[in-house]
Amino acid sequence: MKKLKDRMEFRPLLSLIIILLICGILSGGSFFKISVVEGHLYGRLLDILRNGSKYMILAIGMTMVLATGGTDISVGSVMAISGALACSIVDQRILMGLNGNVFAAIILALGAGALCGAWNGFLVAKLKVQPIVATLILMTAGRGIAQLIADGKIVTITSDAYYYISGGYILGLPFPMYIAAFMLILSLIMTKKTAFGLAVESIGVNSESARLAGIKVERNLWMIYVFCGVCAALAGLIESAGIKGADCNNCGLMIEMDGILAVAIGGTSLSGGRFSLISSIIGALVVQTITTMILAFGVAPEVIRVFKALIVIVVCLAQSPAFMAKMKGLFDKKRMVAQG
Amino acid sequence: MKKKLKINNISLLIAIVLLVIMYVAGANMYDRFGSISTILNLFNDNAYLIVVAVGMTFVLLTGGIDISVASTLAFTGVFSAFLLEKGWSAAVVIPLVLLVGTLVGCIQGYAIHEFNIAPFLVTLVGQFFMRGMCAVISTVSIPINNEFFKNAALKKISFVLQSGGRPKLYYYVFVALFAVLFAWYVLKFTRFGRAVYAVGSNEQSAQYMGLNVRAVKIGVYGISGFCAALGGVLFSFYTLAGYSLQNMGLELDAISSAVIGGTLLTGGVGTVIGSLVGVLIQGIIQTIVTYQNLNTWWTKVTFAGILCFFILIQRFAAVRAEKKKNS
Repeated sequence: MKKLKDRMEFRPLLSLIIILLICGILSGGSFFKISVVEGHLYGRLLDILRNGSKYMILAIGMTMVLATGGTDISVGSVMAISGALACSIVDQRILMGLNGNVFAAIILALGAGALCGAWNGFLVAKLKVQPIVATLILMTAGRGIAQLIADGKIVTITSDAYYYISGGYILGLPFPMYIAAFMLILSLIMTKKTAFGLAVESIGVNSESARLAGIKVERNLWMIYVFCGVCAALAGLIESAGIKGADCNNCGLMIEMDGILAVAIGGTSLSGGRFSLISSIIGALVVQTITTMILAFGVAPEVIRVFKALIVIVVCLAQSPAFMAKMKGLFDKKRMVAQG
Repeated sequence: MKKKLKINNISLLIAIVLLVIMYVAGANMYDRFGSISTILNLFNDNAYLIVVAVGMTFVLLTGGIDISVASTLAFTGVFSAFLLEKGWSAAVVIPLVLLVGTLVGCIQGYAIHEFNIAPFLVTLVGQFFMRGMCAVISTVSIPINNEFFKNAALKKISFVLQSGGRPKLYYYVFVALFAVLFAWYVLKFTRFGRAVYAVGSNEQSAQYMGLNVRAVKIGVYGISGFCAALGGVLFSFYTLAGYSLQNMGLELDAISSAVIGGTLLTGGVGTVIGSLVGVLIQGIIQTIVTYQNLNTWWTKVTFAGILCFFILIQRFAAVRAEKKKNS
């Protein structure tokens, strides 16, 4: 057992606790209040878990992609596609034969996500296009495709079964949490109990030597992008169920940045290699806590970006060996001056 | 090196051919499409994007990427509208916003080089920050009533043709064209320009050759920031307002334009003329979509398709070049 302090989860967890404490102090304790209404738990912390679940799901997929040294900036568009597809089916605008079957809509939306991921994977793994460029294509086109599916309209739906994805409760806890937990457990089993996790890491460190070591780089990369696409589609379903409709222009807009941010806060190196899914989940919670906090204190939501930017600066600088060396040099100099 | 240049030229050639084909096809399909107005409007409507794409080309040539340009552009718009509303003179505001843009770019370049952080991340921070700063200044659209801006927005050269058309070219387009020419000159004939290509081809060798890599890197991001701010000024001529959510996703348009024009994202290969062609292709798709009366989102989908096509061309050309080298 490693020491707690040396674990990858330590730093993000510490920052989450600190941020939560700050929230608690600033709000005079009301931040932590949890009440029971009609058998469901309510409170800011629950809001964070519920609203943060889509970030958590995205972060799981994104962590794997980043761990291979890639990036997927198309997740926001994939979210828009899956939301538009599912809502259009439920509202019986397309594929009337399904009679607005919610279950079929969900399966098809996830399938669409997997397809998008497969396309990204094809470009990255097979054609060896730089990941950022490869996913740029889908990022540009995806939102357009979503618009075409929804026929350029904002599709609103009335389906209690579909609302349940975002608004449902099991044992007093919001349903999206269970989805996030399920994805986390699934991916943990995949990465910890099979050789897959090791393959991901070694591709990220050096894909050429991974190939020479006998890892099927192409197939693994492909799988990872498909997985990331499915995660994005799932997040899109939660988002569209939350707003009870699909808004192709705004669904998941810039969310790829939040996903990357969550992973970065979690401490997974953005240039590939060592990764921790749990750290990323904590990172996603940090992002969501900050958002909730800022909204709770009545700051304009647009200003949140400034805060997020500042956080990424700190995280990036802390991750940069060059910067740390410089800082250390500065301190040493100061100490020397103080001593001498 | 020569082989790489060849790839670039083929890609650019295809882009130009494509542009011509699209224009001719459009002219055959629709009345009035073939007029000079269409061509001039391409420039009128895309002047700001041309400027941004020029700046982006510099960054891409060094192998970096700058995704903060759209936010810088929006910030320029909001900030100048805000200052003008306070009664500042345009002669102060314009240099000031250009300076801010350049400074933001330089800071990003500094962080990228000194702390060795991925350009994507640094400029992502820049993007968030600038977009947030827009919202700090104002979340609602601020109209611009300044005389100079109004003049710049409306002054144009009008022609009267015998066929009855009245093509016009706004003065601000010349700013964009000048930017292209100047950038072309800098990249082709100055020491700095060659250093940009050298750093993009191989940063380490450039360092060993004694080139000032640091200055080049900070320089290109500074140029990109400046161009984004200049694009912002042109855009506020175009719309006469500053709004914090303007031009979401413009950075991707600029990057794709450069790629279509033959700039390799790995750095070292590309021209600003190519980027200009890329922007024009995008403009012409937009025009065709409008004539066809389609959902505007077709523009994005078509453009992404073309982008994909060009990325594949580049990829195959690179693979072939590699094979040749090895054999």
